[in-house]
Amino acid sequence: MALNRDFVGRTYTSKSSYEVSRVKIREFAAAIGDGNPIYRDQEAAKAAGHPDVVAPPTFPIVFSLQSGGEALADPDLGLNFAMVVHGEQRFEYLRPVYAGDELITSSTITDIRSAGRNELLTVRSDVTTVAGEPVCVTYNTIVERGGAA
Amino acid sequence: MTATVKYDEVEVGHEIPAVDYSVRRLNLVMYAGASGDFNQIHWNERFAKTVGLPDVIAHGMYTMAQGGRFVTDWVGDPGAVVDYGVRFSSMVVVPDDDNGATITVSGVVEEKLEDKRVVVALTAKANDARVLSKARAVVQLA
Repeated sequence: MALNRDFVGRTYTSKSSYEVSRVKIREFAAAIGDGNPIYRDQEAAKAAGHPDVVAPPTFPIVFSLQSGGEALADPDLGLNFAMVVHGEQRFEYLRPVYAGDELITSSTITDIRSAGRNELLTVRSDVTTVAGEPVCVTYNTIVERGGAA
Repeated sequence: MTATVKYDEVEVGHEIPAVDYSVRRLNLVMYAGASGDFNQIHWNERFAKTVGLPDVIAHGMYTMAQGGRFVTDWVGDPGAVVDYGVRFSSMVVVPDDDNGATITVSGVVEEKLEDKRVVVALTAKANDARVLSKARAVVQLA
C-alpha cells in the first residue's frame, strides 16, 4: 500500500528529554564490539579532552527516532513495519554527544517517494540540548519493500 | 579534540588498511537490546523467511557502526567525526552458526577540506557484496 503523502512536512518533537547515561553508552559500545576506553572510562575521556565519556558516532539512533516513531506507527501513514529495512542514514555533528547530555529531538518527515516497487520515507531529526544548544542532525531513510506495488 | 592523525601528513588517496569485523547472532541480539530495534528480521529466522528474506539479516546500523569504529580507530578520537553517512546497498545475512558473517571495511582519504578536515570514503563488504555505498565520513584531524 502506498504511504500517505499527507505526512510530508509533519514535525514531531519529543515530549520529554533523553538523558544520555554512561551505562547506556557502555552498553551500546559493547553491542557494536568497540572496546575504545573513551566510551567507558571517564578518566580516559577527560585525558582526550572531553568533559565525560563520548557516545559512538551512530549512538543517536537510540533516541533520535523516538519522536518520529510516533508518526511511523500512525495507522493513517499505512506503513507495514514487517517490510521495513533501512535505506540510508546520516549523522551531522555540531559537537559529540556526551554522557550527561539531556537531549530533545524534533523529527520532520521530509520526503516520501516511490522507487520501483518500494516506498522510501525520509525523516530529519534535529537534536538539541534542553537549553537549546544544537548537537547533531540525523537523516534516516527507511524502505518499505513492495510498498509501492 | 585529540585526533592522532595529522592533517599535514595525510594526502588524498591515502589508504586505510582493511579490517574484518565479525557479526554473529549474539551480536545482533546485543545490538537489538542496546539500540531498541527489536525488528524480528534481525533475530528470528522463521519470521525473516516469512517476509521473503533468505535468513536473519544484520541491522543496517550494526554495519554502519562497524564503519564508524573503523574511522574512529583510525583518527584516534570518536569526537573527531563531524559527519557520517551511508546508503545500505545490500543485506548482511547472518547464519545461525559459530562463524556468522564477516564485514570487511576499508577506507581512502578522498578529499582534503578546510579547517583540517578530510573526507574518508569507506568500502564495506560481506559475502563478496558491497553492503554500504556512498559511505563517507568527514573527520577533524590534528
